[in-house]
Amino acid sequence: MMIEALIAVALIGALVTFVAPNRIAGKLAFAISLVPAALSLWLFGAFDGSGNALRGGELAFESQAAWLEIGDYSISWFVGLDGISLPLVVLTTILCTLAIVSSWTPIDERESQFYGLVLFIEAMLIGVFSALDFFLWFVFWEAVLIPMYLLIGIWGGPRRKYAAIKFFVYTNVASLVMFGSFVALVFGLGDVTSFALPEIATAMLEGGPDGLFGLSGTTLASVVFIGLFLGFAVKVPIVPFHTWLPDAHVEAPTPASILLAGVLLKMGTYALLRFNFTMFPDQVETYAVPIAAIAVISVIYGAMLALAQTDLKRIVAYSSVSSMGYVILGLVAYTQFGVGGATFQMISHGLISGLMFMAVGVIYNATHTRMVTDMSGLADRMPIAVGVLIAGAFGYMGLPLMSGFAAEYFIFFGSFGSELLSYSAAFTSLAMFGIVIVAGYLLFALQRTVFGPYRLETDYEVGRAPAHDVASLIVLLGLVILLGVAPDLIFDMITDAIDPIVQGGDL
Amino acid sequence: MAVVDLPQWLALAPALLLAATALVLFAFDSINPHTTNRTLFAGTTVVGALASLAVAVWYAAAGVGATGIENYGVIDIMGGQFVVDQLALFFMIVVAVVTALVAVASHDYLRDHAYQAEYYSLLALAATGMSMMAVSNSLVTVFIALELTSLPSYALVAILKDNRGSVEAGLKYFLIGALSSAIFVYGVSLVYGATGSLQLEAIAANLDAAGEMGGLLGLGILMLIGGIAFKTASVPFHFWAPEAYEGAPAPISAFLSSASKAAGFVLAFRVFTTAFPLEATTAVIGVDWTWAFVILAIVTMTLGNFAAATQENVKRMLAYSSIGHAGYVLIGLAALSTPSGDLVMGAAMIHLLVYGFMNTGAFLFVGLAEYWGVGRTFEDYNGLATQAPVACAAMAVFMFSLAGIPPFGGFGSKYLLFSHTIEAAAENTALLAAAAALVINSTLSLYYYSRLVKALWIEEPLRERDALATPTGLYAAIIAAAVVTAVILAAFGPIADVATEAAAAVVG
Repeated sequence: MMIEALIAVALIGALVTFVAPNRIAGKLAFAISLVPAALSLWLFGAFDGSGNALRGGELAFESQAAWLEIGDYSISWFVGLDGISLPLVVLTTILCTLAIVSSWTPIDERESQFYGLVLFIEAMLIGVFSALDFFLWFVFWEAVLIPMYLLIGIWGGPRRKYAAIKFFVYTNVASLVMFGSFVALVFGLGDVTSFALPEIATAMLEGGPDGLFGLSGTTLASVVFIGLFLGFAVKVPIVPFHTWLPDAHVEAPTPASILLAGVLLKMGTYALLRFNFTMFPDQVETYAVPIAAIAVISVIYGAMLALAQTDLKRIVAYSSVSSMGYVILGLVAYTQFGVGGATFQMISHGLISGLMFMAVGVIYNATHTRMVTDMSGLADRMPIAVGVLIAGAFGYMGLPLMSGFAAEYFIFFGSFGSELLSYSAAFTSLAMFGIVIVAGYLLFALQRTVFGPYRLETDYEVGRAPAHDVASLIVLLGLVILLGVAPDLIFDMITDAIDPIVQGGDL
Repeated sequence: MAVVDLPQWLALAPALLLAATALVLFAFDSINPHTTNRTLFAGTTVVGALASLAVAVWYAAAGVGATGIENYGVIDIMGGQFVVDQLALFFMIVVAVVTALVAVASHDYLRDHAYQAEYYSLLALAATGMSMMAVSNSLVTVFIALELTSLPSYALVAILKDNRGSVEAGLKYFLIGALSSAIFVYGVSLVYGATGSLQLEAIAANLDAAGEMGGLLGLGILMLIGGIAFKTASVPFHFWAPEAYEGAPAPISAFLSSASKAAGFVLAFRVFTTAFPLEATTAVIGVDWTWAFVILAIVTMTLGNFAAATQENVKRMLAYSSIGHAGYVLIGLAALSTPSGDLVMGAAMIHLLVYGFMNTGAFLFVGLAEYWGVGRTFEDYNGLATQAPVACAAMAVFMFSLAGIPPFGGFGSKYLLFSHTIEAAAENTALLAAAAALVINSTLSLYYYSRLVKALWIEEPLRERDALATPTGLYAAIIAAAVVTAVILAAFGPIADVATEAAAAVVG
């Protein structure tokens, strides 16, 4: 019942905050969000699961109750955590709390609605990562869209309406493709009697679908694999489906960007791992080369796009495209380190991109500009915030002892020697080159904005960053370093859950 | 297993309670014709509707009219003129729920109206007619129930006598209603001429007798479909709906578009499953009547959605959306030629139940906006959320639910409908087109539903507005509808069981 408690606290908290007076909403939401954060840390400590949730592993905090029957299929409330989903739940609760703190300064209208929506999103995200019944999972998956649409649309920048509707349409159409594909798969699997993901995964491994509407079983599986991949690719996002991301990020208020980059993108990669890479091992093998190619293109192209930007937030936004490319590369390598590293990168990127967006937000709050060309020498005025920003940038570049290094090292280590992926060495080398570009654009941007003589084109007085912002930045930086120094904190449980998928493959 | 055996006619109690409510209101009015004690009238109507709801739920839960070993089976009243089964009870519940919500909301909406007692008694009478439509089992009782619903409805649409729009809407509604009633009666007479019966089971039994008059019978059935299309606001008799809903007082628009539509559908479900069993009818008239519904379903949902997308007036948008939803429900009839027809029909029934909450709520929100006097177009609604966040949150729930976005009820019912239609499509590939139309239209509908959410939540107000009042009744009805719309998905298990069993019992 622990997962239900987490979701319920966030959901009830959302309702309470929604009707609370604007004046106290921020502090109230912060206090409420501490409960799921603390609970999820307790879950982390008390975790007793083993194996993969979809491969007959021992689930932690499992609970299941019959919900409804649709013809021959039963749907149930089925939640539980394994080594893949638990770290993501913890990431969600921590980032939500920090996102709330980082909203105290910039959000100055309709506060109670804002914080209510953030808590609502938190509840739905926990649901996405813990649901193990497709129908239930899809309900949470889609329910994330509405609050994010409103967060961008109401509290966003000048082009917020366009960005919000673009985000909504892109991701909703993608969901539809994904949903249709998966339902077709379930109908095609003759002997499945429920929407429970473990049952479907088992049926997929033991023979796969019988066929549907004249398609043979293997064709159906391939069509569904591609449909799901396209559906999730938009969410991740993978080039060429990434165009909604910079718009959404640039227009979104800082806290929404933190959640978007930190957690919402991980929904896509998490779903890819849970569906495509767990249920369709044969198709993964068939399509490994094109997927790896897309991954490498995402890495390089995303980084090049970032290089061309002059808006700090856009730079950080495009760098997400590049980082997500690494995740896809790790997944398609299909080795313990590759998939494990990809999962580790989800967490690591969640923390680092959260950190970067938060730091950019703090700078924007003080200077009211995000343009690289408008400012220089900020290190003089806001030493701590800028220091954390630089540390975060190095985390992105993969400086050893930070989580980014561990994540990218695992991925490259895993993908270089992949047996499933042809030309794996070539793909890996190309992707590694991406790091050089990452270092290039980050250092170039930092050099112009934070170093050199102090100059600001706008006439705002720039002082020290507020204490609560600095505190949350330091918490995030601490977590990045902690995972960099001791990746085993989560990597052990991740590999434990990955092993059944890659069957303990090489490396 | 009942401790006391109740008389058979008491099975009609949900409808009788609504009729009694109407009579009580008449009595109040005749004792003191000049009183405008709206709390008394609204309160009485709500109590009556809730009593009807409670009895119907109790009956449904206790298995009244359910078929099965432990139950008494379907209850026949007056020689099969009326029948109480789970299908009837399901729709009596829908009607009672909508009536209660509308009555609560009307308390504030009609605050300055001179004819309080008349309004509520007409409301209760129309609700009685709808409830009777659910139990009518002969073309005579069907027609009487239909007219008992229609006549008070005409008056209700036109009840704002000083409002040009309301009067005009009432006249249009009346003229088209009268025409469709005439067509329906003509259809009844043709069916009678061909089969020599009016009672539905008797018609089914005498279908062979039609023999050479198969064409006549077919024409009769076609005319019956016309009458049903009017009541459910489906193509080809849909064009009254935007005018009537726009001009009518918003709670009446809610009432007609939710309860009246549901009542029209229960009538269609019962007449077509009981009186015209597919195989026997096809043998006589030479055409499979489900084809008519396949075409009507696709045309209705597409036309409703495309028209809704082009509206500037919120109430008209909701009116066209209501036509679109009629199209979705028509799939329930279109799929009856397949073995999983009962599942599809059950899903259509669930959609009508959910629709009873989400659509009623949406129209009541429009009622609230009219109460505030903010205007009628999307632009007029701009930025309302800053002033009335709770009501606007409820409206967002209705809109997303109507569009079929999780986690709201509309997603669940559309999903059931879609999933069962796909299953049925294995037998009749035309249904694949219907399922595809359902998905495409649902996606398209997101455009205009989200447009309203955008206006409420994201846009800035066009002009300064005074502080908005929070009328208790309207708010209570809207919030109640929103809460049910938001959580009904959790209770879908038992609801789906009841609906599917009820459908299976009549499909046979």
